[in-house]
Amino acid sequence: MIFQPPALALLFASSLNALMLTGVGLFALYLLVRWNPASGGEAQIALERRTHLASTLVALSLVLGLPALALFVHTADAMAPFFIGAMCAIGSLKANVWGFPALYTMLAGFFLAAAWLVLNHLDNRGWDYPLIRPKYGLLLLLAPLALAQAVLLWLYFLDLQPAVITSCCGSLFGPAAEGVGHDLAALPVQWARPAYGLVWGLTLASGGLFLARGRGGRVFGVLSGLHLPAALAAVVAFVSLYIYEEPNHHCPFCLLQAEHGHAGWLLYPLLFLGTAAGVGAGLAMGVRADSLQDAGPLAARKLAWVAMAGIGGFGLLAWGYVWRSNLVLG
Amino acid sequence: MTGGWRRQRALIDFAVANMARRRGRNLGLFLAYTLVVFLISGVVLYGDALRREARALLADAPELVVQRLTAGRHDLIPAGWTETLAGLRGVTAVQGRLWGYHYDPALGANLTLWVPLEDAPLPGQVQIGSALAREKGLGRDDVLSFRDAYGKPFPFAVAGTLERQSELANADLMLVNEKDFRAFFAFPQGMFTDLALSVRNPREVRKVAEKVLERLPAARVISREEMARTYEAAFNWRQGLLLSVLSVLLLAFALLAWDKASGLSAEERREIGILKAVGWETGDVLAMKLWEGGLLSLTAFLAGYILAWLHVFHADAPLFTAVLKGWSVLYPRFALVPEVNVAQLASLAFLTVLPYVAATLVPVWRAATLDPDGVMRE
Repeated sequence: MIFQPPALALLFASSLNALMLTGVGLFALYLLVRWNPASGGEAQIALERRTHLASTLVALSLVLGLPALALFVHTADAMAPFFIGAMCAIGSLKANVWGFPALYTMLAGFFLAAAWLVLNHLDNRGWDYPLIRPKYGLLLLLAPLALAQAVLLWLYFLDLQPAVITSCCGSLFGPAAEGVGHDLAALPVQWARPAYGLVWGLTLASGGLFLARGRGGRVFGVLSGLHLPAALAAVVAFVSLYIYEEPNHHCPFCLLQAEHGHAGWLLYPLLFLGTAAGVGAGLAMGVRADSLQDAGPLAARKLAWVAMAGIGGFGLLAWGYVWRSNLVLG
Repeated sequence: MTGGWRRQRALIDFAVANMARRRGRNLGLFLAYTLVVFLISGVVLYGDALRREARALLADAPELVVQRLTAGRHDLIPAGWTETLAGLRGVTAVQGRLWGYHYDPALGANLTLWVPLEDAPLPGQVQIGSALAREKGLGRDDVLSFRDAYGKPFPFAVAGTLERQSELANADLMLVNEKDFRAFFAFPQGMFTDLALSVRNPREVRKVAEKVLERLPAARVISREEMARTYEAAFNWRQGLLLSVLSVLLLAFALLAWDKASGLSAEERREIGILKAVGWETGDVLAMKLWEGGLLSLTAFLAGYILAWLHVFHADAPLFTAVLKGWSVLYPRFALVPEVNVAQLASLAFLTVLPYVAATLVPVWRAATLDPDGVMRE
């Protein structure tokens, strides 16, 4: 199984990512100890020069992050026919204990790298490196996460046994299942729909208010972050039912398949990009530095537009699927 | 146009002009890069196309095939087993199949004789695979004769050749009718080679297979999914083996890229020094150098991918055929169906562009952080 080209590509990319970010993480430790903007010495100038390399490496890591996440999910979905009992990506990810942890670290890595890039962008706009410490502090989280991600991916692909009998999505979201997946699937559609509509509406309203009046940027950031679990819950609770036109099929991964119009490939990128940009906007409005009085709100506005497009687009698409569906629920 | 994009466009213009000035060096790198992308893309495109071909063929295969085992070997199956399995819940049809192999010493190849369940040829006639027709120089109404089970010549009149589209499966195939098959092999009446079972609900295939084994413990049951898994594993393994070999080439190319990016000429160092002296910042030089690498990667990736595409889908991929398709005396010739998918492109970009970008990042950063004063004094 490990010989599949997408698996080889993922292993190579994640190993390289881990190598780059481990190096940057070690540099972050060194920088946090030695950073002294008041000094004009050789060591301080060398540190400042190295920050350019660190920024470029983390930017490359983010550029890799989203396609790698998509490729991992796609590969898991494409491998499903080779595991007895698997019907979609869930079966492949559950073929051993490393699949889901690898997916979670990739997701966390993407959002953390996005937050880091916002901090880095702002830091570069200020003349006095205003965010250098929080920025490099965050790298101390990102670097071990990248390492964990690479290790988990290697363990996952090396430990794949085609003879293993895995379970399909019905076992995770079906009536007999236990855990968060089942709880979300069991949410009554009658109130899950308006509840998500309320969260979506509030998030967009706070974004609109921020763009119109320049106020409430941090609230918008928080709501964008909260919108992500609400949106994922909505996908499991009712959006998936309307797309499959089946009252008991709640799987969020089967949405990626061709027979369901690749709906997941339209919904999830919008949701993730929108969330990353929304949280980034809140972060940009939250920074306190004299040298960023203009740059902070300016960056926050740009990010808010992206977030509104992403979150708004996700919601409209989801409601579109509900409206267009032939399924009648409650 | 926003300021950010205007700045990037200016940097791209500068990067293109810079590359054009060092045409010789960049052309060498471009050719090596294109070759690496061509080889790796070729392996991936060819392997994926073969997998699709195998999947398409198996789509028409029966859900389950039942064989009889005697002392662990495949044995002929009595017709009575058909009735034993026909009553199983979920099974829509049970059909006895007749097929066997005949070694042709003239060709040095094993031929597959098959009795189709529908539209079998008339007695004395045969339909043959196009690879067999090609090798034997046979056409319609020609006579093909083999020695039967008793050593006597057994003539078949060629009624036609099988379609080229399915040559992967029918290269060595001979379709005959049941009477000729039994006479040729001295195959006992009331016996079949194996049984094909059709199952209504694909989710019940495993359950049906269990029930077959309960009723017929001496049977071996092979599902279509198992056959698909076996094909997939074989192609994966061959494709992965070639990719592993090519990874050495990739490493060599990454070292070449590192070396080229590190070895800045005195002229380039002076140039960067002047740019910084006239106001360029480290970030600008870094961005310009990254654009150089990005443009080289993009053009080499596209050139390598398109060449690989032409090699695989229009030139029968002579470089990879023996390793990926397999070894056979009667080689099937078939046109693979081209397909581009985003996952394949992303995998290829990860495998080819990423090593180049990674190898050049540090040298590019070193160049961008050169001290203008020191460089201009050199």
